[in-house]
Amino acid sequence: MAIKRREFLKNSALAAGGLTLGFYLPRKAGAGEAAAGNGTFAPNAYVRVAPDNTITIILAKAEMGQNVYTVLPTVVAEELDVDPREIRIEQSGVDAVYNSPWFPIMMTGGSSSVRTSYETLRKAGASARAMLLAAAAAAWSEPLASLTTENAFVIAKSGRKASYGELAAAAARQPVPQDVALKPESDFRLLGKDVKRLDSELKVTGKAQFGLDVSLPGLRYAAVARPPVFGARLKTWDDSKARAMPGVVRVKQIPTGLAVIADSSWRAIKARDALEISWDEGDNGARSTPAMLEEYRELARKPGYVIQDGGDFDTLAATADKVIEAQYEFPFLAHACMEPLNCTVRDHGGKAEIWTGTQNPTLDRKYAAAALGYEPETIEIHTSFLGGGFGRRAASFSDFVVEAAHIAKGERFPVKTTWTREDDMHGGQYRPMTVHRSRLALDKAGKPVAWHNRVVSQGLDGMLMFGSKMENFDDSQVEGLKDQPYAVPALTLEAHLVKSPVTCLWWRSVGHTHTAFLKETLIDEAAHAAGADPLDYRKGLLQAHPRFVDLLEKVGNMAGWGRKLPANTGLGVAIAESFGTIVAEVAQVKVTGKDIRAERVWCAIDCGFAVNPLGIKEQMESSIVYGLSAALYGEITISGGRADQDNFNNYPVVRMPAAPAIEVEIINSGAAMGGAGEPGTPPIFPAVGNAIFAATGKRLRSLPLRMA
Amino acid sequence: MSIQLSINGQQHVVDVEPDTPLLWVLRDTLGLTGTKYGCGKSLCGACTVHIDGVARRSCVLPVAAVGKGEVTTIEGLSATGLNVVQQAWIEEDVVQCGYCQSGQIMSATALLARNPKPSDTDIDAAMKGNICRCGTYQRVRKAIHRAAKMKAGGA
Repeated sequence: MAIKRREFLKNSALAAGGLTLGFYLPRKAGAGEAAAGNGTFAPNAYVRVAPDNTITIILAKAEMGQNVYTVLPTVVAEELDVDPREIRIEQSGVDAVYNSPWFPIMMTGGSSSVRTSYETLRKAGASARAMLLAAAAAAWSEPLASLTTENAFVIAKSGRKASYGELAAAAARQPVPQDVALKPESDFRLLGKDVKRLDSELKVTGKAQFGLDVSLPGLRYAAVARPPVFGARLKTWDDSKARAMPGVVRVKQIPTGLAVIADSSWRAIKARDALEISWDEGDNGARSTPAMLEEYRELARKPGYVIQDGGDFDTLAATADKVIEAQYEFPFLAHACMEPLNCTVRDHGGKAEIWTGTQNPTLDRKYAAAALGYEPETIEIHTSFLGGGFGRRAASFSDFVVEAAHIAKGERFPVKTTWTREDDMHGGQYRPMTVHRSRLALDKAGKPVAWHNRVVSQGLDGMLMFGSKMENFDDSQVEGLKDQPYAVPALTLEAHLVKSPVTCLWWRSVGHTHTAFLKETLIDEAAHAAGADPLDYRKGLLQAHPRFVDLLEKVGNMAGWGRKLPANTGLGVAIAESFGTIVAEVAQVKVTGKDIRAERVWCAIDCGFAVNPLGIKEQMESSIVYGLSAALYGEITISGGRADQDNFNNYPVVRMPAAPAIEVEIINSGAAMGGAGEPGTPPIFPAVGNAIFAATGKRLRSLPLRMA
Repeated sequence: MSIQLSINGQQHVVDVEPDTPLLWVLRDTLGLTGTKYGCGKSLCGACTVHIDGVARRSCVLPVAAVGKGEVTTIEGLSATGLNVVQQAWIEEDVVQCGYCQSGQIMSATALLARNPKPSDTDIDAAMKGNICRCGTYQRVRKAIHRAAKMKAGGA
């Protein structure tokens, strides 16, 4: 918090300097309307008030479905006293003023947008309002206390009234308040209330611009032949057929393969498919999932790097009544965003523009600049709406942006590089394949006395961008375990960090995608071993964490825990904290032969304070369905170094008939604010698995969940 | 090859190979980018348009096969403001990333045109070809029921 405040004051100081010249703008892409001297009031990097009362709020995060396009401007609008439906929202370019307080870059991820921006945005709105009020007080010779604001107007007790626009020029001459008072929560009109999405109309009319929708004069289209085998390289090729095809402009070699540039997407894709290429597959052409899994299982039986030492498990377990020993296995997962990867680049010679949907614009700029041989500051990034992100668009070393930069480099026209669905799914950057081997020792009363967990997986290539040396272990292997909440006196965590040419990346809720499943399945097994009710057993081990207990009680009540269920139907519970938020879920699952159907899901969330309860419920619905797709079907397997799956026929996802009815309730505990985009995903995997056990007595420990 | 198309009530002549999927003609040739590319194999429904009022996947439909069919895209769905399906979508706060929603709305509008009061089973059958990775299915379902009521009420 202290850091955030300092950052804000630094920004304000910049703004104050700018105001002496009229106003400060960190960046203005479209120049013109806000040019100096036209009376626009721009007290900080987030707010602009034009003389015609057009109010613009700048969005510095990427909208990928998670609702920042609505929530973040609403936070400013609350303090500024404007209607969020009557403002303009402008996507920011890359500017250090918008850097995350966690890293010196702009990024959208880690379920961090609202909690890391909340205070800054409130102050941005409040200080702008304070300056408008001060301007009116001075102009009207009225005491400040007699003035109030309402829906973009300053109103005096005397009845005198002026729009923010009318006061803009005068407000710009007011000093920026250094310690502005924020609204008391009891006065909130918008925050803590359901505010419907501001991007709905754009998205139900087809007008919303995604990266793939970019249209520019002279635009050309590219498709790329990439190595079919992870780590393979171009050896020889014959492009004569491709070059002779209609509309083909060029075939060029780039670091990731061979690119075809043509005058339409379709012609580029067809010509790409006509390339005759011989690849040097290196050592990876023989790799396949069964052999990799054997290697992982073998490692899981050998001591690994000790991340956390809870004492010698065998000694501790010697006095135990029971030891549960279990192995949990997880496949690679593709993100499969609805909008396949794409990026448009215009090389202007010495500088460039990039249009794409990205979670990571600062690093994209850096890596694209290196590819083009330019300075990062010369590259302008235009962030569009993202047709899903889920981590894939915070790409390791900006893979899809850098590639598009190589393709457009030296061309005299903009080039849009489109990945087909097959390209996207074969492109790696998967959630790592993972094996956990766990031993949990229980005393006579069924309480854990010691726990030993060993994980085998790759690390996330994306971490290398943040200076990780990827030695010994990667944090994603054990997140959610290191700080797990159950009363277990001795927990040892070991890891084997595997290297592989298959690239890996964060996938909605990252390491929690596997650690929550193993933890909540293991605890469920312990409850049954202890002859206890799984929900009560959890509560008993969470007495030191009342927020967890409250959520379990709530979700149990919502689901009617303990009620009689139809045949072959069971309820499963799970709870997990991730990204500062705790989520408990109960799934009702019916098993018919091999068919597993999640009929209903109940979800209780405590993220401290729900800034937009409607949006949070939607994020829970979304996270649950996203996780359910992986729980029931998701699996990328490797044969001969290649991904076996390439489209939605062999990488199935939840569709309408399999979508459960979901109910969500929120507890506003007042704890520090947590995230909402990801924390609904981790509990759904074990909730479904535990429900299958309740329905059938069969314990599934490998994902995807399959009845043999 | 010169091909004549009727799209959203307007006549167009395009010069493309006859096997070019209608999707890419709409998007790259005519700039109608509301229709989305998602899979290219008729597996996800993001590219759904209407041909003579029937929902079709434009990603696998060769442009030459459209013939005299009247093509409607999301841009031409409603001549005046938003149709009831779009309004219901806003009321139910359906969209998230929004990328699949043009296709969802085209499928839902075609469903309601032939079945004014669809059951949940009807909705399952008509909408199962439209994938949403944000998982908005529950709200899509509610919005279809709402749109059906709005239509019945003459709204």
